[in-house]
Amino acid sequence: MLRIHDEISIVLGGSAGQGIQTIESLLMAALKSQGYHVFATKEYMSRIRGGSNSTEIRITSQKRAAYAKRIDVLFPLDEGVLTHLAKRISSKTLVLADTKLLKKKYAHAILDVPFSRMAKEFGNPVLSNTIAVGVVLGMMKVEMADFEATLRKLFGRKGEEMVKKNIEAGEAGYKLGQHLAFLQGLDIQIPRRKQKQEDLLLSGSDALGLGVVAAQCNFIASYPMSPGTTLLTFLAQVGQRLGIAVEQAEDEIAAINMALGASYAGARAIVTTSGGGFALMEEGVSLAGMIETPIVIHIAQRPGPATGLPTRTEQADLNLSLYSGHGEFPRAIFTPGSPEEMFEAGQMAFQIADRYQSPVFILTDQYLLDAVGNVSEKDLKRLPMKHMIVKTKKDYLRYTLTEDGISPRGIPGFGEGLVIVDSDEHTQDGHLTEDLEMRVKMMDKRMKKADGMRKEVLKPVAGGAKQGNIVVVGWGSTKGAITEGLENSKREDIRMLHFKQVYPLPKHLETYFEDAEKTIIIENNFTGQFANLLKQEGVKVTDTILKYDGEPFCVEELTKIFKGL
Amino acid sequence: MANTQQFDMPHDTDIAWCPGCGNYPLLIILKMALAELGIAPENLVTVSGIGQAAKAPHYFRGHVFNGLHGRALPPATAIKAVNPSLTVIAESGDGDTYGEGGNHFIHTIRRNPDITNLVHNNMVYGLTKGQASPTSEKGMVTPIQVAGVTMEPFNPVSTAIALDASFVARVFVGNVVQAKEIIKQAILWEGYALVDVFQPCVVYNKINTYQWFKENTYALPEEYDPTDRQAAFAKSIETEKLPLGVIYTNSSKKTFESQLFTAGSALYTKRFDEQAFSDLLHSKR
Repeated sequence: MLRIHDEISIVLGGSAGQGIQTIESLLMAALKSQGYHVFATKEYMSRIRGGSNSTEIRITSQKRAAYAKRIDVLFPLDEGVLTHLAKRISSKTLVLADTKLLKKKYAHAILDVPFSRMAKEFGNPVLSNTIAVGVVLGMMKVEMADFEATLRKLFGRKGEEMVKKNIEAGEAGYKLGQHLAFLQGLDIQIPRRKQKQEDLLLSGSDALGLGVVAAQCNFIASYPMSPGTTLLTFLAQVGQRLGIAVEQAEDEIAAINMALGASYAGARAIVTTSGGGFALMEEGVSLAGMIETPIVIHIAQRPGPATGLPTRTEQADLNLSLYSGHGEFPRAIFTPGSPEEMFEAGQMAFQIADRYQSPVFILTDQYLLDAVGNVSEKDLKRLPMKHMIVKTKKDYLRYTLTEDGISPRGIPGFGEGLVIVDSDEHTQDGHLTEDLEMRVKMMDKRMKKADGMRKEVLKPVAGGAKQGNIVVVGWGSTKGAITEGLENSKREDIRMLHFKQVYPLPKHLETYFEDAEKTIIIENNFTGQFANLLKQEGVKVTDTILKYDGEPFCVEELTKIFKGL
Repeated sequence: MANTQQFDMPHDTDIAWCPGCGNYPLLIILKMALAELGIAPENLVTVSGIGQAAKAPHYFRGHVFNGLHGRALPPATAIKAVNPSLTVIAESGDGDTYGEGGNHFIHTIRRNPDITNLVHNNMVYGLTKGQASPTSEKGMVTPIQVAGVTMEPFNPVSTAIALDASFVARVFVGNVVQAKEIIKQAILWEGYALVDVFQPCVVYNKINTYQWFKENTYALPEEYDPTDRQAAFAKSIETEKLPLGVIYTNSSKKTFESQLFTAGSALYTKRFDEQAFSDLLHSKR
């Protein structure tokens, strides 16, 4: 008898265009509405059709947000999957496949499930996806009535006939699943929450998009680049309903310069890109610093240098954002590690950009943006959005010298004053100057804003053991894997610090590392960019755990490392 | 004549142009055009890039966005989109607009925002001391092009017509009345309006002088029809003498900003739609 208790990892594999996405959506929706915690991660090749891609769905009794290498149940939609995922398939992996779809010989014991033949009997090959979902739900003994409700919700707009067919197909799959579980002696028991949950099902991209919308963003100009495009798509899809101007620019240079023009004229503007596209935007970051115009920049990281691995993940653009743009000016960098933090970062970024009239970054990555999980609405915290624009008077000066460096920001057409901004060094009225004393005054004024920004940083989040002289540090997308790895390691002397803002760093940073004998920084890059930043800020870093193969950290590898510390 | 005083800067304004520069007459012409159209400085945004021409917005009253080299058009497009009640002019030189900003020039024409693009075209780089510009004549010797320019000069007028720009004109600052009238038409035009402005650099361009422009240009006759695209293209590639006037117009095009989700009033006046946000959130259940 094969017992799978507490959690299960189901992997769907196939080539692009085979319907993995449909099965994933159906399964996630059905399980989420049942009160299960679900978390899905994708890995795919950079092509439109073909290749070998997979999605892992973890169904867990506790909320999880990490990639696990282990596969409990595998659905290969073609034989390529078995080669592609060979290293993750163990003797314990249950492989369910329509063997008619597999051409070559394969090394694994495979349970034949005739999805496609069954679908043909129902008169529509598309139904094989619903049958596959039915099989999983049947094996898990999920109530059929709930599955029906999900199918109704998802296929309702396609007409009653389609709903009926799907329910019939789903039921057939469901019965088959029950039967297979019985035959295989399979006992899957994942505890679920008793109450029906109204959780949201969000990808990282969705959560970021919602945060940006909640921040009352109303302008985006960007150039498509994976994996940054998803935010542009999200805002384009909702733009009409929410009043967002959306433009696909001719290049990233135009995108950021448009966004700055928009912001100057009173819009709340964002750009989204990936490292390579951002490299082109750098002059705009510097311009934002000089003309003190708010701008939010989302960089969705992927492995570089150059084109790198377009569809994989990495955290190697921290330095790029930290040091981007010529000259010196203040900035902030947010590095959310979960959908809830993505929602927060979207709002914080706009707030800080607006208040300090500076460029603000949100650094994410492919893994985090593509991962989907259930999120409770109450965990999505709305922040009050205060607009900082002032109505100008006749004698308005855009760069009035002030105590805190923040000059009241007017916009053209609102009030009687003139709003003059210049990329050259300028006087208080905004006109260019070569007066070197004024230069010093303006530099001091701009840099003073950094003090304010430092006062309201998002503090690092603690996790792991309450106390302990080993501190493991992460930022951005590593949060879920570090948290779960620590829990699995059962170590009571390791605590975690997760930075959802990496710049500026909080005042008295050293207090977070008091009593630490070992401080270990975990990053998805080669050089340990955050470790180096912490060292620069006076933190005694003893070691780094680095990964740069294009994949996120998995729970198993961190568990093993933490056990050995 | 309308009073241009409202556009005048204080007398002690330090102007960075050389004596005799072709930028001066253009500044006067532009002030006259704006005054005659009754445009208030508070309703005017001039966007520029970098170079001597790009300093122009600092020398007359109005809102200013003096951005980066080659990047006048993207912010100008966005400013108009975000607040359509503003009059927006993008003003820069030939190197800035046709060289560094070449890609934006092409795509702004395609996008068709309701802005006026004044390009000071003196066929040379002034601020960087006399190198070739995209519009320099072949054979022109410079400190860098020591054996003479080898590239074909860029033809902004024919490029714009090829892209079916909404309004394409060329003027010479030596012909004040025509230049002013055409700039007025360009500002009033609903859509992207290119005005390529011949104005000599008296320090670095010893070929294309006031005299040269006078001898090598002619005004298009009254009966010329700018709506005939093929005829306009033929005009634009004339080389013996260069035509001045409104060379091409296409009034059938929609503006960029009129087609955005946010078309209409200025974005800063709009309220956040809580209901729409709530609906969006709950669609993810």
